[in-house]
Amino acid sequence: MTDAPRRTALDATHRALGATMTDFAGWDMPLRYSSERDEHVAVRTRAGLFDLSHMGEITVTGPQAADLLDYALVGNIGGVKTGRARYTMICEKEGGILDDLIVYRLADQEYMVVANASNAQVVLDALSARAGGFDAAIRDDRDAYALLAVQGPESPGILKALTDADLDGLKYYAGLPGTVAGVEALIARTGYTGEDGFELFVRPADAVALWEALSAAGKDAGLVPCGLSCRDTLRLEAGMPLYGHELTTATTPFDAGLGRVVKFEKTSNNGDFVGRAALAAAAERAETNPPRKLVGLLAEGRRVPRAGYPVVTADGTVIGEVTSGAPSPTLGKPIAIAYVDAAYATPGTEGVHVDIRGSHEPYEVSALPFYKRQK
Amino acid sequence: MSNPQQLRYSKEHEWLSGAEEGVSTVGITEHAANALGDVVYVQLPEVGTTVAAGETCGELESTKSVSDLYSPVDGEITEINEDVVNDPSLVNSAPFEGGWLFKVKTSGEPAELLSADEYAAFIQS
Repeated sequence: MTDAPRRTALDATHRALGATMTDFAGWDMPLRYSSERDEHVAVRTRAGLFDLSHMGEITVTGPQAADLLDYALVGNIGGVKTGRARYTMICEKEGGILDDLIVYRLADQEYMVVANASNAQVVLDALSARAGGFDAAIRDDRDAYALLAVQGPESPGILKALTDADLDGLKYYAGLPGTVAGVEALIARTGYTGEDGFELFVRPADAVALWEALSAAGKDAGLVPCGLSCRDTLRLEAGMPLYGHELTTATTPFDAGLGRVVKFEKTSNNGDFVGRAALAAAAERAETNPPRKLVGLLAEGRRVPRAGYPVVTADGTVIGEVTSGAPSPTLGKPIAIAYVDAAYATPGTEGVHVDIRGSHEPYEVSALPFYKRQK
Repeated sequence: MSNPQQLRYSKEHEWLSGAEEGVSTVGITEHAANALGDVVYVQLPEVGTTVAAGETCGELESTKSVSDLYSPVDGEITEINEDVVNDPSLVNSAPFEGGWLFKVKTSGEPAELLSADEYAAFIQS
């Protein structure tokens, strides 16, 4: 291991486009190419092209691949049909979240687990540690894939021009193997922007050709290259959690308002899975006596809340903490996600402030998400 | 990117115009604006306040960060750019022109400012 950040197969492409690069989870990634606000608006109204090759792919195969994932993760993975995907989490025995994941069932006995770049090794280690006794193999496929995402309302039209795959039949959270611009790809209808869109898992050697084909095919529709900065504001508007911010080992899925991902009624392994007892207790606590709840905050002023800033009452009593915050291009005002005491968690609650470097700025408690696309 | 020759520059990436009747205009450079990304909030010193070279006198917020604004000179604030307060994107679109930040009546000759060429070399280093 070296300390130098890793570069994706598209590194030279990003530099030729004049991208501002940033170190993200040990990878040198595009932060933005031009204005992050313009990139954000492009995804909401037209289409954006992302390099997400830093995401960590892990392949699990074998007769007991489903049983292993049912035991290691909190979701009902055996119940995912071939060609479909599931948003799920991997938790500690004590219930804390190790990572949030998307699991694709590629075949009856083959799954691809996609982890956050920052947690890929943690997930790989945890899966390996939990694999004892299962007839299943775990493969580190981080270097086997580049990942490109086309997101936004124009993305189906752009992709259709490059593939014969049945995109109309491809539902949200489904994936199928296909050919895009002559490149073999796993085509998935998933994303992290709150828009319709696709994620394309391809061989790194094919990444540049696919990027160029997508750029050309999307030009007339207004597709632009997009960096991680707008990806963050897009997911924030869509109320999607980010590991390290809303989700940490100190929170359970129930604390994060995502208890629905935990399935206690699993048929495999006699219903046992890592974290079961602690999560059952967390579910009970969230129901009867929640510590803090995850809410949205809408600014009345223009100053931007940032992760870690205290949420306070008018008299300065701390009642919570911001986990993510940014100016919202769609709403035209700053927004935040925060954990606040349950007494202040009802949408519309007034008298809530964020301590922005010593200045108490007024905010309104809002339901999540801030933005939901019209279907 | 080119830095106008007639301006002088601080290592905190502010620019300072030549004085007209003792009053100079201050803004941030295109290099700084690009590094910040889209500026979404600008807090400027109030007219009449005294500022000192190298000390913070406001802040600039972008999507991803918050940066202190430094005065490149000692002096008294005579005017602030209300347009940029209302539309902070001017800092990105016209950092050397419509995105200027404040005017300051300078007291004494500013020290240690760079020429355009020296500043260009500084940001390359």
